[in-house]
Amino acid sequence: MKIDKNQLLRFTTAGSVDDGKSTLIGRLLYDSKSIFEDQLDAIEKTSKRKGHETVDLALFTDGLKDEREQGITIDVAYRYFTTPKRKFIIADTPGHIQYTRNMVTGASTANVALILIDARKGVIEQTKRHSYIASLLQISHVIVCVNKMDLVDYKEDVFNSIVHQYEDLSSKMMIKDVRYIPISALEGDNVVHRSENMKWYQNAPLLHTLETVHISSDNNMIDARFPVQTVLRPQNDEHRDYRGYVGRISSGIFRVGDKIKVLPSGFTSTIKSMNIHDKQLEEAFSEMSVAMTLEDEIDVSRGDMLVKVNNSPEVTQDITAMLCWFNEENARPRAKYILKHTTNDQKAIIKEVLYKVDVNTIKRLEDDKELSMNDICKVKIRTTAPLMVDEYIQNRNTGSFVLIDEATNETVGAGMIM
Amino acid sequence: MSKYFLNYLDELESEAIFVFREVYAQFRNPVILFSGGKDSILLTHLAKKAFFPSKIPFSLMHIDTGHNFPETIQFRDDLVKELGVDLLVGSVQEAIEDGRVLEEKGKNATRNSLQITTLLDAIEDNKIDCAIGGGRRDEEKARAKERFFSHRDEFGQWTPKNQRPELWNLFNGKMRQGEHFRVFPISNWTEMDVWNYIKRENIAIPSLYFAHERKVVWRSDSWIPVSEYLPKIENEQVFTKKIRFRTLGDITITGGIESDADTLSKIVDEVSSMRETERGNRSDDKRSETAMEDRKKQGYF
Ligand SMILES: Nc1nc2c(ncn2[C@@H]2O[C@H](COP(=O)(O)OP(=O)(O)OP(=O)(O)O)[C@@H](O)[C@H]2O)c(=O)[nH]1
Ligand SMILES: [Mg+2]
Repeated sequence: MKIDKNQLLRFTTAGSVDDGKSTLIGRLLYDSKSIFEDQLDAIEKTSKRKGHETVDLALFTDGLKDEREQGITIDVAYRYFTTPKRKFIIADTPGHIQYTRNMVTGASTANVALILIDARKGVIEQTKRHSYIASLLQISHVIVCVNKMDLVDYKEDVFNSIVHQYEDLSSKMMIKDVRYIPISALEGDNVVHRSENMKWYQNAPLLHTLETVHISSDNNMIDARFPVQTVLRPQNDEHRDYRGYVGRISSGIFRVGDKIKVLPSGFTSTIKSMNIHDKQLEEAFSEMSVAMTLEDEIDVSRGDMLVKVNNSPEVTQDITAMLCWFNEENARPRAKYILKHTTNDQKAIIKEVLYKVDVNTIKRLEDDKELSMNDICKVKIRTTAPLMVDEYIQNRNTGSFVLIDEATNETVGAGMIM
Repeated sequence: MSKYFLNYLDELESEAIFVFREVYAQFRNPVILFSGGKDSILLTHLAKKAFFPSKIPFSLMHIDTGHNFPETIQFRDDLVKELGVDLLVGSVQEAIEDGRVLEEKGKNATRNSLQITTLLDAIEDNKIDCAIGGGRRDEEKARAKERFFSHRDEFGQWTPKNQRPELWNLFNGKMRQGEHFRVFPISNWTEMDVWNYIKRENIAIPSLYFAHERKVVWRSDSWIPVSEYLPKIENEQVFTKKIRFRTLGDITITGGIESDADTLSKIVDEVSSMRETERGNRSDDKRSETAMEDRKKQGYF
């Protein structure tokens, strides 16, 4: 298996409060020598002032004043590091239930989720909630890190029993690839270096796993979708006739000469040219930001989608979706929201809550239909004008949306189309 | 299928271009905050790519501390001319003269936090609804928490404890009258990425980034350039050193590093072996543990 060192891997942490997510990221950065001296100095000073005997590695990501005071993560921190094998973008997310929306923010763009479990506690409600969210988000790879092994004498049977608990859980969800690593974020066992304390564990430590997990098949390269962001009509003589449709290819591959269809209008044309800046392209694929011109002068504007004539998304005003609710204020039945999907904003109402998911049992609650903060529900939504959608399972970019409250402008929910 | 993935620089470029186009589509009157530093130069380069063959549809806005490297101003004016865009200048000097802000005193005085008032005034006066900045999450721990689309209330304040969720590539730029957004297209770039990209694209940058000889003094653990704006300290020794700057800001607080790197290739090599962060020698960030967060909450870049 060949890993290209120029490929970006985005991963997120997840798990309950105090399971050691931030400490793990600190350890990963520290042991892979990705910490700068002045950062280390600053953190040593803060640790000393707070009375810690050793450096508090969580401070590498817990950067806000409130986080440092309370010793918890509140919002996602993004960190970056590079090894000779790969480049990484880390989203370290909060475990506290109150900040679930920030966890979802960090997880939504991840290729890999590290789910931490405290070896003393095993699988608990937040583990289940975050795992369920990771599975809804279709994060292709989950690495379960059983942490704080130092506090259970590095015992193999503790690890094995948690693996069994988690296998039980993941069998009820759609997670394709699950791996398990026993670690101590505090002491560094199996993070970058193989543990001396757990000789019974034969597989690779975390960093090596992250460096080698195969991600290039995660993108949808089949269904060509191009949501139009805006139209460029330059006002200079040289480009008088240029009319460029710009956007980022959501999925699939487009080539000059391809027969395309504009949705929702249904007009057809042929791709005349594609460019990034002054570079002409014969072929462009997901997720390149390009400009396209067409052979025919047809009406295309923001919110429209260009697709190939023989492969269309569903064009519909009625969608069924799994919806995560983020706001302190409950969803109002039949109230209007703005639904943001690709480059398309439409007014929408939640027509019906079909059921709510009990994250503890992964069972459906058919009677409780009140949508409050951190709830996950299956809903039916109707929009005022058509959307061009695919199932989220097939296509992250054309299967996802957010809901915005018109009165407060806040992002109150996120949905995955079924 | 391996042919169909983007290398990381192309992916970062594509992400930034997407963000620029979202700004154009979602806001009425955006500006690019332009300091003359490499990150804001990179921003204009990416904006050029995003809207080619049209001109960049935004003005540049410079919040001028009055303590500039002359090279920066020259570079700014040349770039504005080349791009054919408008330049808006918010002047800290004028704000001091008008009594809007109070100049700090003493040998560690800087105009850094005075920029906040000038920036917010300029945003209000020019009816700016979106200020595009070159902030990167890897620069500083408070910046590591910032969204791509970052909401500011009517006082220009940032509330890091209660940011809007931002999922996938769906950016919510909705707001009330009087509020505005800060947008950061290069959020996910590291210093190393910036240099690798500048080298790859051969982007012109001010000569200050390349090693050159300069008169400097040693203050707060770094080489501060001697200039007409630098408060003098009696008997302080002035050295002539071969240095270059990793970041460019207010000339009175921007520390240089000793270096022989006088080409982009040498800079890339040097940066990759660097043991300190680029903001490590900016005295504005050294004032307290939360200096950046405190300034950002009030409306700083
Ligand atoms: N003994 C031991 N303690 C650990 C280990 N990992 C983390 N801790 C401790 O557990 C506590 C919580 O660690 P954090 O890294 O802040 O936990 P978190 O999961 O990031 O917490 P939130 O972000 O608030 O959800 C800290 O006191 C850590 O020092 C470990 O491997 N062994
Ligand atoms: Mg944490």
